[in-house]
Amino acid sequence: MPEPFRNLTSRCVFVDRDHVDTDQIIPARFLTTTSRDGLGAHAFADWRGRPDCPLDAPGARDARILVGGANFGCGSSREHAVWALLDFGFRAVIAASFGDIFRRNAIENGLLPIQVAPGVVASLRSEPDVEVTVDLEANEVRVPGQDAIGFTVDSFGRHCLLQGVDTLGFLLEREDVIRAFEQARGDGGMA
Amino acid sequence: MTMAPRTLFEKVWDRHVVVPECAEHPAVLYVDLHLVHEVTSPQAFAGLAARGLRVRRPDRTLATLDHSTPTEAPDASGQWPGIDPAAGAQIEALRANCRLHGIDLCDVGTGRRGIVHVVGPEQGRTWPGGLIVCGDSHTSTHGAFGALAFGIGTTEVGHVLATQCLLQRRPRTLLVRVEGALGPGVTAKDLALAVCAALGAGGGAGSVLEYQGEAVRGLSMEGRMTLCNMAIEAGARAGMVAPDEVTFDWLRGRPGVPSGAAFDEAVADWSELFTDADARFDSEVVVDAAAIAPTVTWGTASDMTMAVDGSVPEPTSETEVAALAYMGLQPGQYLAARPIDVVFVGSCTNGRIEDLRAAASVLDGRQVAAGVRMLVVPGSDQVRAQAEAEGLARIFAAAGAEWREPGCSMCIAMNEDRVPDGGFAVSTSNRNFRGRQGPGSRTFLASPETAAASAVEGRVADPRPYLQEVTRA
Ligand code: SF4
Repeated sequence: MPEPFRNLTSRCVFVDRDHVDTDQIIPARFLTTTSRDGLGAHAFADWRGRPDCPLDAPGARDARILVGGANFGCGSSREHAVWALLDFGFRAVIAASFGDIFRRNAIENGLLPIQVAPGVVASLRSEPDVEVTVDLEANEVRVPGQDAIGFTVDSFGRHCLLQGVDTLGFLLEREDVIRAFEQARGDGGMA
Repeated sequence: MTMAPRTLFEKVWDRHVVVPECAEHPAVLYVDLHLVHEVTSPQAFAGLAARGLRVRRPDRTLATLDHSTPTEAPDASGQWPGIDPAAGAQIEALRANCRLHGIDLCDVGTGRRGIVHVVGPEQGRTWPGGLIVCGDSHTSTHGAFGALAFGIGTTEVGHVLATQCLLQRRPRTLLVRVEGALGPGVTAKDLALAVCAALGAGGGAGSVLEYQGEAVRGLSMEGRMTLCNMAIEAGARAGMVAPDEVTFDWLRGRPGVPSGAAFDEAVADWSELFTDADARFDSEVVVDAAAIAPTVTWGTASDMTMAVDGSVPEPTSETEVAALAYMGLQPGQYLAARPIDVVFVGSCTNGRIEDLRAAASVLDGRQVAAGVRMLVVPGSDQVRAQAEAEGLARIFAAAGAEWREPGCSMCIAMNEDRVPDGGFAVSTSNRNFRGRQGPGSRTFLASPETAAASAVEGRVADPRPYLQEVTRA
């Protein structure tokens, strides 16, 4: 179960590219696992060790906010991408837009996806060393000396993130309605 | 009371609403078919076990081994002696979970194993109007039947295992109107790439696509699956084609499909699944089929496409500059100037029988060029058996291509099938991402026809000269 998310203040790590797909975030050869744990070691594995790799930059290990371009997390449905970013230390991703499945996987795991205008990404990039505050209670990103930047997260996802509850409980509580739905379509199930 | 006109998507969505969406929570949707494979399921089953939950509807769950499973033949006990131990553990975990929960597993030796999106339709489990999910983004493939089908993450796999339901906000609708007919030698894959180019790699985000038009109607089911498969490559949640006689004929007689009067009843129901004349889409894009040439990608996103006989375009963004640098290509260059290392025919995009027929028709009586490794990986046991019965396997072998066991193989490079570092591949799969086919791999996505012609010439090649005697619907 994810921990409640309220706000955090941290430096950012910048991935200066659009369409960062989940094969970049964690290459498929690291998916041969039956666990969710320890995947941070493989985050951006094929970028690591290169001179321009943002995750190798000084301070990256302590950063909790990742900033990306458009269509961040596109591609495969692998939740391992979210597990890898969390295990590396990130708790929020700010991007111009997200792949749909990545966004939902992120919320399910307590990694806050924040969609902002491309200009906001550029302005964050222009001051790469400042500490940025991500405040889910206020729906704001705050950068010292700038106006607060509002964002929206789906109300249900926001509720789950703030409370640290997972969504399975919501579905399990609706067992009666689900059963009635099945019966109404003449589907008694296996039992 | 007359009902407001609805799109195909809306009709299918409405059939599955258990609890309607509201401001506080998404809709609870009922899942008709949950497809499961070895890579995205173990953590979900573990989550169930940790909470003491059972799989609610094993009869609505179908499992297969495909992603990390080797494409070498297994031994008599269904094992691969040299397998990477982690991949082996995933396979054994799925076997154990299916045994424990009574889930039908299309395992080695059943004659039904294959890539999850090939197996579902083949086994007659994919039905028009159904809601189908899988922990795999190419679940969009099943939309070819007029199903609403999309990929989910592992946490959601757990939700469906436990409750047969899923929480979803209603997506937007996007009409892809394909005008005119495809030219000779231009395939569903070329159309799929053209749609990616028209929408952009993220242009479908938040939307369900419906493909309409003469060229779409003219596609076989295999072609429609290829088209819907790549909806996710435009970022879309799903892609759909309204079912018609082509769909019903394809489904008739398959194992999971009702027969006799029950089939006729099903067809009567499925025939309601079309977009009403006055229904509105949230947005629309028009694609001119006649303007599409056999297409390849030149970069590292699905919308970086070009005509196979064209030259590499000038980059228009930093992302494209970086993509060209990764690919080692120059604007203005003709791809035919550069030797290739690997040709891969297979995947849930183009690993079905028609795809293999198309590749074989080009390769028949010809040789794979020296220095090129060509893999042909059938999408399933059944495709493999049929290709052998039709003599296609012999054509591949005679041409010098490797004929392998079914699986995802070089589409995702989770097993031993990888493009060498820095190598160039012409691939019938769906993703040209950096390193997708192995670290440092560089991918040109293409149709089976283009892939086979490229294998013969040892460089990216136009298939049209090879196709003069071949007629393909
Ligand atoms: S063939 Fe490729 S795209 Fe299709 S299911 Fe397998 S890995 Fe995914």
